[in-house]
Amino acid sequence: MDPNPKRPKTVDRVDSVEVVNSSESTQLLCSIDPNRKRAKTVDRVDSAESTQFPDEVLERVLSLIDSHKDRSSVSLVCKDWYNAERWSRRHVFIGNCYSVSPEIVAARFPRIRSVTIKGKPRFSDFNLVPEDWGADIYPWLSVFALAYPFLEELRLKRMAVSDESLEFLATKFCNFKALSLLSCDGFSTDGLKAIATHCKNLTELDIQENGIDDLGGHWLSCFPETLTSLEVLNFASLNSEVSFDALEKLVSRCKSLKVLKVNRNISLDQLQKLLSHCPQLMELGTGAFTQELISGPVTEFKNMFSNCRNLITLSGLWDATPLYLPVIYPACARLTFLNLSYATLRSDELANLLSHCKSLRRLWLLDTVGDKGLEAVGSCCPFLEELRVFPAHPFDQQIFLGVTESGFVSVSRGCPRLRYVLYFCRQMTNAAVAAIAKNCPDFTHFRLCIMNPGQPDYLTKEPMDEAFGSIVKTCTKLQRLAISGLLTDRTFEYIGKYSKNLETLSVAFAGSSDLGMEYVLQGCPKLRKLEIRDCPFGNAALLSGLTKYESMRSLWMSACNVSMNACRALAKEKPRLNVEVIRDEDGADDSQAHKVYVYRTVAGPRRDAPPFVLTL
Amino acid sequence: MSSEISNITSEPPNTDAVTVGSLNINDTELTLGLPGESRKLVAKRRFSVITDLKLGGNHRSDSIITKNSPSKEQLVGWPPVRSYRKNMTKSDCKYVKVAVDGAPYLRKVGLELYSGYQQLMCAFEDLFSCLAIKNVSNEMKLMDPVNGTEYVPTYEDKDGDWMLVGDVPWKMFVESCKRIRLMKNSEAINGSGMHNSQIFETTF
Repeated sequence: MDPNPKRPKTVDRVDSVEVVNSSESTQLLCSIDPNRKRAKTVDRVDSAESTQFPDEVLERVLSLIDSHKDRSSVSLVCKDWYNAERWSRRHVFIGNCYSVSPEIVAARFPRIRSVTIKGKPRFSDFNLVPEDWGADIYPWLSVFALAYPFLEELRLKRMAVSDESLEFLATKFCNFKALSLLSCDGFSTDGLKAIATHCKNLTELDIQENGIDDLGGHWLSCFPETLTSLEVLNFASLNSEVSFDALEKLVSRCKSLKVLKVNRNISLDQLQKLLSHCPQLMELGTGAFTQELISGPVTEFKNMFSNCRNLITLSGLWDATPLYLPVIYPACARLTFLNLSYATLRSDELANLLSHCKSLRRLWLLDTVGDKGLEAVGSCCPFLEELRVFPAHPFDQQIFLGVTESGFVSVSRGCPRLRYVLYFCRQMTNAAVAAIAKNCPDFTHFRLCIMNPGQPDYLTKEPMDEAFGSIVKTCTKLQRLAISGLLTDRTFEYIGKYSKNLETLSVAFAGSSDLGMEYVLQGCPKLRKLEIRDCPFGNAALLSGLTKYESMRSLWMSACNVSMNACRALAKEKPRLNVEVIRDEDGADDSQAHKVYVYRTVAGPRRDAPPFVLTL
Repeated sequence: MSSEISNITSEPPNTDAVTVGSLNINDTELTLGLPGESRKLVAKRRFSVITDLKLGGNHRSDSIITKNSPSKEQLVGWPPVRSYRKNMTKSDCKYVKVAVDGAPYLRKVGLELYSGYQQLMCAFEDLFSCLAIKNVSNEMKLMDPVNGTEYVPTYEDKDGDWMLVGDVPWKMFVESCKRIRLMKNSEAINGSGMHNSQIFETTF
């Protein structure tokens, strides 16, 4: 649920801005992307028409447009519209921080209040990108301090953020309101202290899943008593204890608080006290959902949620046991998003809980619930649109429990509206996936991770080609696909042939030859992000995408069969691409390119590249 | 931990018997094969999968280890689970190893995930798919329908004694169980399996 409607939704679906700073911008953009529709000439020609439409009116109308795709289209119509659009834009989304420079952004958009930036390639989440690779936010902040001194919102994903940057942000932007850090690293709780201390108008502090140096919980006590504007506070991923007294006072005086996600150290009775001060909450992340010393009967908590009439999202629930879980039942009927991915629930516990959750749209689980737990999902949640099942023990190969193909099929039978699935399992069959596709034809995001690399259909021993074939044939709206298991080039042939709306494809340990990658590059017109690891794709495959890469955001290839010479050839042919090779630590076998990152850019080669990143 | 990795990423099966002490490495090497399946066959199939994947020479992967080392490293960044999630999940759910006589591999079960012995037996059925629960009143046994071999679940308790599973209340069992062994019935009945420590050394 999004309390702030202007906040962009799933960033996967928002297109990046075509930021260029010259008057040839329109032509440059058209030549970068041959698929983009050309501006209608009728709009450019008649100047008499454009003078009847004053700039202020045009700007006012355009200011109502939020979608970045629409704004990009608007800016291509004609020079007047380009200018009106750039003056009316308040929020800029930068999908790849190296595709553009802060100076270019500041020159084109003079009135930005809100910035979203994504940095490192997604595989950095899985340790495939070395530390100190880049994506430092500081150069952006120093330009913004001059260009956008009234900046209000900053949302970062996979950026390197230092404490100095956070202190700079807190002190140089007097009107700063909203900070969201997702999967960033390089800062500590000292940086959070600076934000809490200096940002007098803070409405949002959302710290998620970062590589943070947790030096203690004192940062929360740095919020001044005069701060009453907080609407979003999420510190669930921080480990150290905060002062409960400071937290309780903060929550009490922030009457507009909509989102509160506390960390594991907050106990049940502390949570109860907090909830009594903010019954208006829409999203709650609990602390540990158990009591070590049974201080009183469970009944003392049973009214904890009875006043929370706006609650639609619930998460946290660490260590939730059957004894205390019923405490949330009164709130379940209204819940649309339930995140149980930190609660090791059994199938029967989940079934009891879900029987109260008829309105669920999104559900995140741990695979400890097993196939039986997923059967309960299928029978209790007919409106379910999103399911994510995470592995409780992904790295322990002796733990063979979890979910199988049958759990997935059960869910698909009961939840025909499923459109987003992330599923980790240890076995799968082609027949099961075919059934799932038939039951749920509306998939937009299908991410299946069979955890053993190169594993075939465990019943027929065949490759899993037909599984993904059935998905791409049936699910015409598919935007994002992640494939796994034993896969030949046939899978890619299917993807290229049928998946016409595909924007993001993740591939690991798959394919038989260059043809695989070629099928995809030739066949998927809307492809924006392609990330590949440990596949037998070589130079021919890489170079087959020569004309394609400028219409994409980025390509990642690691542990494939690509040589440095092929990368150099690509770089030479396409000056508007950055072709970067990340060198291996031991530096041996320098003729092969072990990690290749290719992306379009108007900013030229990186000026901040560390020594192990070669720009060709 | 690092030595107990599936040989999906390994080189072809080591035909030379490698022994450490009284342990024969080959007996303890873990695979993902099912009981009764030829281990070499499984290993061979896995290896051909890898060679199919790697076409053209000069292929160096940062994840698949090609050196001849006895301990295989885990794949970097696989499965694609973010590290914060690793740290967040409660890891103190009690997992005990389960061994089946005659099978050269181990599984683990999370005892706290079950509410009783019946569920545990069902879990054994799931984990070792060739076994089925034999319905004898009050007795807990599993059977391999192919050859009629019966297996009796036994466990080692806190004191180091081997007991029959099912005798004590469930919660007491969860607390005291250190590891489980599905013992072939002939040994369990005459008690010889309980005292034959040599069998345990080669199995574990």
